[in-house]
Amino acid sequence: MNVLIYLVPMALLLGLTGLLGFMWTLRTNQYDDLDGAALRILPDDDINGD
Amino acid sequence: MSEILDLSSFVERSEPGRARITLAVDGVSCAGCIRKIEDGLQKLAGIVDARLNFTQRRLAVEWRDCETNPERIIAALEQIGYRAYPFAPERIAAEDKYETKWLLRCLAVAGFAAMNVMLLSVSLWAGNVSDMTRETRDLFHWLSALIALPAAAYAGQPFFKSAWRAVRSRQLNMDVPITVGVTLALSLSLYETATHAIHAYFDSAIMLLFFLLCGRYLDQATRQKTRQFAGNLASFKAEFAHRFGPRGELTRVPASVLQPDDIILVQPGQAVPADGVIVSGYSELDQNLVTGETIPQAGEPGVLVYAGAINCSDALKVKVVAAGNSTLLQEIERLLLRATETKSHTIRLADRAARLYAPIVHLTAATTAMGWLLAGASLHDAIVTAVAVLIITCPCAIALAIPTVQVVAAGRLFRAGIILNSADAIEKLATIDTIVFDKTGTLTLPEAVADGSSIDPNVLERAARLALSSHHPLAAALARCARERIPYTGVVEESGSGVHGTIEGREARLGSALFCGVVEQLANEADSVASTIFFTHAGRVAAIPIRQRLRPDALAVAQALIARSLDLIILSGDRSKAVEPVATQLGITRWRAGLNPAEKINAIEKLKSRGRRVLMIGDGLNDAPALAAATVSISPITAAQLTQARADALFLGEYLAPVLDAIAISRRARSLMQQNLGLAIIYNVLAVPIAVAGMVTPLIAAAAMSGSSILVTLNALRGRLGRRPNFVHETGSSPTQAAKRVAHAKARVAEDAPEDLVLKDTGAARHRLEFVQ
Repeated sequence: MNVLIYLVPMALLLGLTGLLGFMWTLRTNQYDDLDGAALRILPDDDINGD
Repeated sequence: MSEILDLSSFVERSEPGRARITLAVDGVSCAGCIRKIEDGLQKLAGIVDARLNFTQRRLAVEWRDCETNPERIIAALEQIGYRAYPFAPERIAAEDKYETKWLLRCLAVAGFAAMNVMLLSVSLWAGNVSDMTRETRDLFHWLSALIALPAAAYAGQPFFKSAWRAVRSRQLNMDVPITVGVTLALSLSLYETATHAIHAYFDSAIMLLFFLLCGRYLDQATRQKTRQFAGNLASFKAEFAHRFGPRGELTRVPASVLQPDDIILVQPGQAVPADGVIVSGYSELDQNLVTGETIPQAGEPGVLVYAGAINCSDALKVKVVAAGNSTLLQEIERLLLRATETKSHTIRLADRAARLYAPIVHLTAATTAMGWLLAGASLHDAIVTAVAVLIITCPCAIALAIPTVQVVAAGRLFRAGIILNSADAIEKLATIDTIVFDKTGTLTLPEAVADGSSIDPNVLERAARLALSSHHPLAAALARCARERIPYTGVVEESGSGVHGTIEGREARLGSALFCGVVEQLANEADSVASTIFFTHAGRVAAIPIRQRLRPDALAVAQALIARSLDLIILSGDRSKAVEPVATQLGITRWRAGLNPAEKINAIEKLKSRGRRVLMIGDGLNDAPALAAATVSISPITAAQLTQARADALFLGEYLAPVLDAIAISRRARSLMQQNLGLAIIYNVLAVPIAVAGMVTPLIAAAAMSGSSILVTLNALRGRLGRRPNFVHETGSSPTQAAKRVAHAKARVAEDAPEDLVLKDTGAARHRLEFVQ
């Protein structure tokens, strides 16, 4: 059972990273325009050259 | 445009030299629009940033202050092909947005904690039936406490705050038992952990918060969405005023920035932007929106004019007496106050349930503890059982039962073209038994049309083209008939009487009987119900009646409403001559005409005192008090601003069908809400005896709680099934489209059976609500 000593903190840390990531997306207003984000990937004009 | 447009009141300045404005953009529909707008603006000198929010149809532009201005930006957008309207961000909207984000943050924290505590709990449940050592169990309990306690302290705030507010005002709401339950469960679990007990309830407490936050967030997000949409609509129709500056120069300013004593110019065909006194000029004023009267009133210096009246014939100089958009007669204001006070306070279903539920829950828990103590159990065991009762009865299912249905119903209403103004509109709409209609603008379309049925089409076309050169509202109605929309050259408008010009070498006149030199006899023969406009050309005279036109599906909707055993009544401010034909045509037997606002309120209150639950549908300023007095009210989106603010819901478009949809969807939602409450009660009846008997382990609590929550959510989602409302916003609705809709409304009358659960998707039903063109 000694494996728990580092497995549990690791699991929690991973979860916490996810939570912090979500908080960051929220703070940077990434959910303000969900429909727009879906459309903005469509145009190809950001690909230069061919 | 020679006139200066002043939009400075909409511009925000956060840092020196930089300015920002938010614009509501019309006509955005695809990915191409985003690029066209953003790239187009970037090319403009001085623009720092332009970003279009596609979801909200709003464009945020930032620019260097000295290099460009909002007027140039709007002009540039117009060149690209989009109309943009300055959008004043309200304080409420900002608070709303903050609240939504806060709930989402709480939800994220609760979700994170629930997942991790569950991870530990599942191991515990498995370990308890196998070979887990006491030390490992304690470690897992402490870890759970470490996650759950801070998470609950953060994510529980929405409930704790609301419960505290309720308790302080000596009331009980649903958040009180939630707060008590969560706090007790957490403290008991902490005690159990410290005393090395087998069971702890951290998972139940945090999961409870997670489920409850889901319901609350959904509720908030839907309301924010409808409010955003309504905000865009409001800015599309925001009025501008022509204000005289100190040196007599004319500036176009938003009507919302007008101050008392400003002098404004009201041009013919324009709505008066604020209440004021006429300083100079003579004209006719169409007070239709203010009083419901369809015959224009005379306007001369010294006469008080009200916001919303349409200036018919000649430019007026008006001195503003009361500023702001929602200005009105003191009389109406006084009536409004009275109507709002006497409005019977309907208690929402959820609050009623909460008021009953909270004492019962606490009483059951207390009785359980007492019972166990009397039966000789230890204090510890008695308290553990009581807390288990609290946890298992915590109104998880009840708290989800109503918001989930409301979210689903609001979404369906939105697609049907109905915007909800008040939160309890759905519940109130479901219970109405009487519908009171205003006539003008509600049963009829807000714009009059020319009735050209008895007139030679060639003559009508000429008259209509001549009418294109006039500012008069009656002429505007006639001008809409013109197939070729090119005005004749050399046409002169004589204000107050009509227009004249030369068509094919012969003189033509369009206007009043006198102006056209029509003999009195013919003038008298003209239709007494409609207003008449005369046209003379080459010696021939035509009298063209301009009528109020019924909404295209009014008859079908009226019949459908009667078929649903609703009582229909018309209360109109217009003359009985104008009301009677409408009532007869629609088969409405009870109608009254010539009512002033006070009489309308009295009529509605008389109905209410007889136990009727009244839905009032109206659009005029004169209807605002009546709307407030009725149990629930709906306004068309074309209604006066003040009236809209009083209505519980607004409907879009030229059809009356949304009213029918609103009632159908609300009734269905209410029955789903009752079903959900029933389900929650059944769950409690089954679970409480187990809890009282002291047999609830954390595993049973978790399973029962999520089971009941999922059940009510799934039941609420049934509201999405069934007949789809088929609102299509008319963007220049073609005759075939209109015919299709009328046919559909009629078909709906035929199948007026109780709501079935079969998904019927017609082609039109797939249309989503488009932003107004």
